[in-house]
Amino acid sequence: MTERGEPLLHAQDLVRRYAVRRGLFGRAAELRAVDGVSLTLRRGRTLGLVGESGCGKSTAGRMVLGLEEPDSGGVAFLNERMPPPGTPEWRRLRARMALVPQDPLGALDRRLTIGAQVAEPLEIHRLGTRAGRPARVADLLRGVGLRPDHADRYPHELSGGQRQRAVLARALATGPDLLVCDEPISALDVSIQAQVMNLLADVQARTGVAILFISHDLRAVRQTSHRVAVMYLGRVVEEGGPDEVLHAPAHPYARALVSAIPDPRRRGGQGGGRGGGRGGGQGGGQGGGRIVLRGDPPNPAARPSGCAFHPRCPDAARVCAERAPVLKRRPHDGRLVACHVAHGEAAPRDGTTRPVPETVR
Amino acid sequence: MTSPLVEIRGLTAAFDGVPALRGVDLTVGRGEAVALVGESGCGKSVTWLAALGLLPARARVTGSVRLDGAEILHAPPAALDRVRGGRIATIFQDPASSLNPVHRIGRQIDEALRLHRGLSGAAAREEARRLLDRVGMPDARRRLDAYPHELSGGQNQRAMIAMALAGEPELLVADEPTTALDVTIQAQILDLLAEIRRDTGMALVLISHDLGVVAETCERVLVMYAGRVVEETAAAALFARPAHPYAAGLLAALPPMDGPRRPLAAIPGGVPEPWAMPPGCAFSPRCPRRAPACDTVPPRLAAVAPGHRAACVRPLPQGAAAGLLPA
Repeated sequence: MTERGEPLLHAQDLVRRYAVRRGLFGRAAELRAVDGVSLTLRRGRTLGLVGESGCGKSTAGRMVLGLEEPDSGGVAFLNERMPPPGTPEWRRLRARMALVPQDPLGALDRRLTIGAQVAEPLEIHRLGTRAGRPARVADLLRGVGLRPDHADRYPHELSGGQRQRAVLARALATGPDLLVCDEPISALDVSIQAQVMNLLADVQARTGVAILFISHDLRAVRQTSHRVAVMYLGRVVEEGGPDEVLHAPAHPYARALVSAIPDPRRRGGQGGGRGGGRGGGQGGGQGGGRIVLRGDPPNPAARPSGCAFHPRCPDAARVCAERAPVLKRRPHDGRLVACHVAHGEAAPRDGTTRPVPETVR
Repeated sequence: MTSPLVEIRGLTAAFDGVPALRGVDLTVGRGEAVALVGESGCGKSVTWLAALGLLPARARVTGSVRLDGAEILHAPPAALDRVRGGRIATIFQDPASSLNPVHRIGRQIDEALRLHRGLSGAAAREEARRLLDRVGMPDARRRLDAYPHELSGGQNQRAMIAMALAGEPELLVADEPTTALDVTIQAQILDLLAEIRRDTGMALVLISHDLGVVAETCERVLVMYAGRVVEETAAAALFARPAHPYAAGLLAALPPMDGPRRPLAAIPGGVPEPWAMPPGCAFSPRCPRRAPACDTVPPRLAAVAPGHRAACVRPLPQGAAAGLLPA
């Protein structure tokens, strides 16, 4: 038996490229969905991976599971390199990790009962005996807050929350060491989201499973994760404890993301509650003002030069357009951030030095 | 006192005999921003589809919907066509499926301008450009010739808003306008809506499941559950002192942004199926404050404080409930 907090899986410099073509006869271009991401997952701990659509968080999750092979970089599970997908060694390892996808209805087979689907991983990995399966399935269903008689139902007979529980029961069937949850709650209603987040915490406390929690929802990430990595356009731009990243984000993108969280305590009415204003972006991020970023997230196929965030960044200095910053520890406070300005290597555009904000709200 | 802009009374809707709306009262004042919140299936979208005659023919709709005092429910199609897209415009969650994929953005805005303002040719084109500019579309003149697939999700939503503004509406009904968008783009769109309201005095009905979005955008909030309004009050009062246990539960289920992390106060169970509604309060099977009286008849909306109504036999005491909201 191993200790909680012990490294379980380490992904090093993962890169995933896709070839894309602009238009029917356009020239082939390269899209870097993931561009050098390193992650460490620890036993009994949850790492939250946040970012907006297209930032590469789901692709990173699929590479962690070996569902997609990195173009470079690699994944080590318990200090051993992940075997190539499809091999018997890989399949053996796959029994120790599972995916919980966003859309439970899409993840379940409509023609099979819940019980048959929860038992499926046991059959694939030849775990337990055929006679023992119904009891094991009943245990698994109880473990996620379903009743054993739910085993005889079909997916359409369950509610959205119950379906996500069934998907989780199936993911837990092999007793995995690692769960990769890709937006596990975004398709659910608020009151059901809370149930599923509680359930994940409960399962982790019981089994010591490590969780990679992929989400665009910073509130959910704070609730579920012991550590948070923020991704932007294929790279991790900041990583740290959830309260560190959410209360005093060091990267300007993380600052904008945090300030954009709609907050029931922040009241606009006439829109007066937001500081930034359209096309603002110069808002400091302090004193309740919201940083409204200019422009759309960039196209990964046309990655901006230097720091990919610089065209939208309120702080961007000249160097930001020229050189990509690396994710490294800041000497004075140990924060992991990839930003020339946050590291004090460049002055922000407006010429003033920006103190690290104590709090964003 | 001037009459409200829109007054909905006792609105019901049923599909094949299964009720989706079970008597909704809703008033929107001129220039007011009102939110309808609730979870999927609570009837927040159906309310407006029913009010504007947009439900399929098999839906049975009763009640009254008055625009400036004139009844529009079951009004003749010609009358409704002047209201829809004209005095009352609507935008939906998924702009990509509301825009016509084979027509250029400019042409789609032109069409709205022709129908509702009688503009055509160069005048329509110039007005379409102005509208795209107004909604913050970068490089508006060139974007008139773009197809929806050439624009990002945020830009498509801006185009939808431009089209909604073409009829110079007195009321914009925005149904989950930012749900399909990334959070930084959501912030842009919410800012834009607030700005348009400031400039034009247009009223807004925001339909949303996101309490944070609602708090930041609207002055008044109606919380819906299982086809009924269960609470109605000023946004500030709802978030500080919810009276209905369902509204309080929704707020408590929201993960806090600071303080220690503990299990969330999840609302147990799920929404009852529309064909198996409990005889009394629809929320009572999940309610921590359930009493025997809850299971007899559905409670009516009643005042719990000035300007604050809740449909509950045992509403949370006003004053003592403060602090329920997670930080």
